[in-house]
Amino acid sequence: MVKLTIDDIPVEVPKGTTILQAARLIGGDVTPPAMCYYSKLKTSGGYCRTCIVKVEQGSEKDPRPIPKPVASCRTEVAEGMVVRNITSPENLEARAGVVELLLVNHPLDCPVCDQAGECHLQDLAYENGKEETRYEFERREFEPIDIGDKIKLHMNRCIMCFRCVKVADQITDGRCHGVINRGDAAEISTYIEKAIDNDFSGNVIDVCPVGALTDRTFRFKSRVWYTKPVDAHRDCSKCCGKVRLWNQGEEVLRVTARKDQWGEVMDNEDGSTAWICNDCRFDKKHIKDWTVEGPSEINRHSVISANHYDTLRNIKADTLRMLGGKPHGEKVDLGIGALDPNNQHKQ
Amino acid sequence: MSRKLLLKNDHIPGIAALKTYKENGGYTAMEKALKTMSPEALLEEVKTSGLRGRGGAGFPTGMKWSFLAKPEGVPRYLVVNADESEPGTFKDRYLMERIPHLLIEGMVISSFSLGANSAYIYVRGEYFYVSRILEQAIEEAYASGLLGKNILGTGYDLDIYVQIGAGAYICGEETALLESLEGKRGNPRIKPPFPAIAGLYGCPTVVNNVETIAAIVPIIEMGGAEYAKIGIGRSTGTKLISASGHINKPGVYEIEMGLPVEEFIYSEEYCGGIKGGRKMKAVVAGGSSVPILPTELILKTAAGEPRLMSYESLGDGGFITGTMLGSGGFIVMDEDTSIVKNLYTFSRFYHHESCGQCSPCREGTGWMEKILHKILEGKGTLKDIDLLWDIQSKIEGKTICPLGEAAAWPVAAAIRHFRPEFEAYVTNPESIKDVKHYYRLNPTV
Ligand SMILES: Cc1cc2nc3c(=O)[nH]c(=O)nc-3n(C[C@H](O)[C@H](O)[C@H](O)COP(=O)(O)O)c2cc1C
Ligand code: SF4
Ligand code: SF4
Ligand code: FES
Repeated sequence: MVKLTIDDIPVEVPKGTTILQAARLIGGDVTPPAMCYYSKLKTSGGYCRTCIVKVEQGSEKDPRPIPKPVASCRTEVAEGMVVRNITSPENLEARAGVVELLLVNHPLDCPVCDQAGECHLQDLAYENGKEETRYEFERREFEPIDIGDKIKLHMNRCIMCFRCVKVADQITDGRCHGVINRGDAAEISTYIEKAIDNDFSGNVIDVCPVGALTDRTFRFKSRVWYTKPVDAHRDCSKCCGKVRLWNQGEEVLRVTARKDQWGEVMDNEDGSTAWICNDCRFDKKHIKDWTVEGPSEINRHSVISANHYDTLRNIKADTLRMLGGKPHGEKVDLGIGALDPNNQHKQ
Repeated sequence: MSRKLLLKNDHIPGIAALKTYKENGGYTAMEKALKTMSPEALLEEVKTSGLRGRGGAGFPTGMKWSFLAKPEGVPRYLVVNADESEPGTFKDRYLMERIPHLLIEGMVISSFSLGANSAYIYVRGEYFYVSRILEQAIEEAYASGLLGKNILGTGYDLDIYVQIGAGAYICGEETALLESLEGKRGNPRIKPPFPAIAGLYGCPTVVNNVETIAAIVPIIEMGGAEYAKIGIGRSTGTKLISASGHINKPGVYEIEMGLPVEEFIYSEEYCGGIKGGRKMKAVVAGGSSVPILPTELILKTAAGEPRLMSYESLGDGGFITGTMLGSGGFIVMDEDTSIVKNLYTFSRFYHHESCGQCSPCREGTGWMEKILHKILEGKGTLKDIDLLWDIQSKIEGKTICPLGEAAAWPVAAAIRHFRPEFEAYVTNPESIKDVKHYYRLNPTV
């Protein structure tokens, strides 16, 4: 086991653990935001740079600091390492810089984006970003692309996290999904517009942290916060059949995999990842198709209610206060009904 | 006349051909190495020589070689980086074009020391004609038993392959190069693992610059200790400098490390002074990514010492008053040059060459280019100058590969040393109308 501290909080983890995984064990605000890392996908992480942390002491043996911020998702812990995330104003500033850069070419079209409300970029910008943009030029634009009749690609919103590329590589067989062009002209491609014709292709939607890959069968049907998520299952010959239904009344508007508090698809009992097949995702849209288990547990990344926004604002105020040096980790009171997806009526 | 090691036979007609090369002492170092020395002894010579990588970073070559993992039953590779795409750098091209056998000889010695039986030369796409020269030289070497199976009857086997890139600067970054060599998209890998542990096809690999590998030949010829006596301090040996810009004699020069910068620029042996007798304004000493320095700081350090052509002297003062030897791309600018336009050209390049993997470089390089374009159009504000400064600081150190830094450093240095010029552009665009347009202004790509 390896001992280290993150924001002065001691933690002990097995050798080979990354700083990010160690921080997730601690949980709460010391956990760096991760836009590209995905623990269920091999070789993910390292791209977005939102998870950067400052390593104040490399290890007990070699106490020198690491001169540059490191990507916590790709950096292994070492005995006696001293890591600073939210207790380093310099690190928060660097992260704010990354967030600002992630947004310069983003269309900021949340009002017409199906991902709004469960978008990691929204959360990230809200919690770490600046209030105003300093970018005044035209934003890069691509035409939306239909990847088959079920998946929509809005390249304008893509943050190049490569998660979908890794899903195509690792979950589906026969890869026809990749990246073409370079720099800020780079785009996710399906060589080209060829539907990723595979039973598991729909999982690219679940891993996409933003609204770049969305479910065409759910398109403009509702805002996620007007739906009620319930966990349900069915006997499926292709996948685990354990899903989350996003309902309005008796109507199933959307089916997704179940996600954990980090926004990642959960594990099955046997430790495999509970990816779901396209039949379950796109074709089983009747409540009769499913055995409903009960309401899903909602975390802050799934549904953003108006109340939730308020508390996040407090978190930000806290973070700013913290620039004075005080670590913060107080429990956040979400308010009565904040997690009730139907609480729009109570506003 | 200073000492020449790499280009000493450059004046000999036909030196590109094996016969002439051999007649002038070629392949004797290789014979000595393969027949009389062990791989370990060769490594020791390289370490003793103090040779540092000539591709830009100046990492000690002997140390790099000693990091190479040597697991049983796993092949090891030597990969020569001939991607040479840093603006202002053209010395590897010169060397390969003129004396291709020097590189091949260096590769055989190096591969033997590293225990590699396959070696690659990754040539930038635009150098396709150079690849033909190399191919021809390699063919000659095979035909004479200098490559292939049982070289010179020593039992050592080596095959050399030439691979042409498709014209991307990023493929000069060693891990992007390896990806490209494997036939994939040339994206830099996330390190660790480093190539010495898992490089080409996941096997231990050493990536070295063309000039680095060529320098192995004189090192083995004269011995590491003798080589270390040439040069100054920890900058041993000679260095090829690609000199360009407003000088009377642009070209590739071999200098002994430690040559005063002033002598290099003004002596007839080298650059021959500034064109048209004009005054010098600034120098980018090591390829477009290293910090630009104004005349007073390139000729003398902040402490008033004469600046020398060496890693240490050019680096004196850090980035506040110093720069880097880098790849030796020495770009001289005269008094009429617009630093802002020059910076725009550089920034446009880095924007165009970003691979797009990581957010700060992908988004930041384009933003900086756009702001510079706006300033050049006379629409900039003082705030834009601060914004540029801020963006470069948000890129530097936060990216996967050093291209981010390469894009950030020129911006920082130009503003640091020439801020009044930027201010003139935004406060009084009329005043700079008659500055000569050395760089044509292209609309943003
Ligand atoms: C964006 C980028 C471009 C590079 N281009 C080259 C190049 O064209 N040639 C080269 O030798 N090294 C280049 N390098 C440096 C290589 O990554 C590597 O450090 C070098 O080949 C090592 O050889 P050396 O130790 O002999 O210098 C580049 C690095 C970066 C980050
Ligand atoms: S489409 Fe989504 S998942 Fe794919 S790279 Fe872009 S942001 Fe990531
Ligand atoms: S720094 Fe630029 S070139 Fe290097 S990996 Fe990141 S995006 Fe690609
Ligand atoms: S989550 Fe670590 S770099 Fe993206």
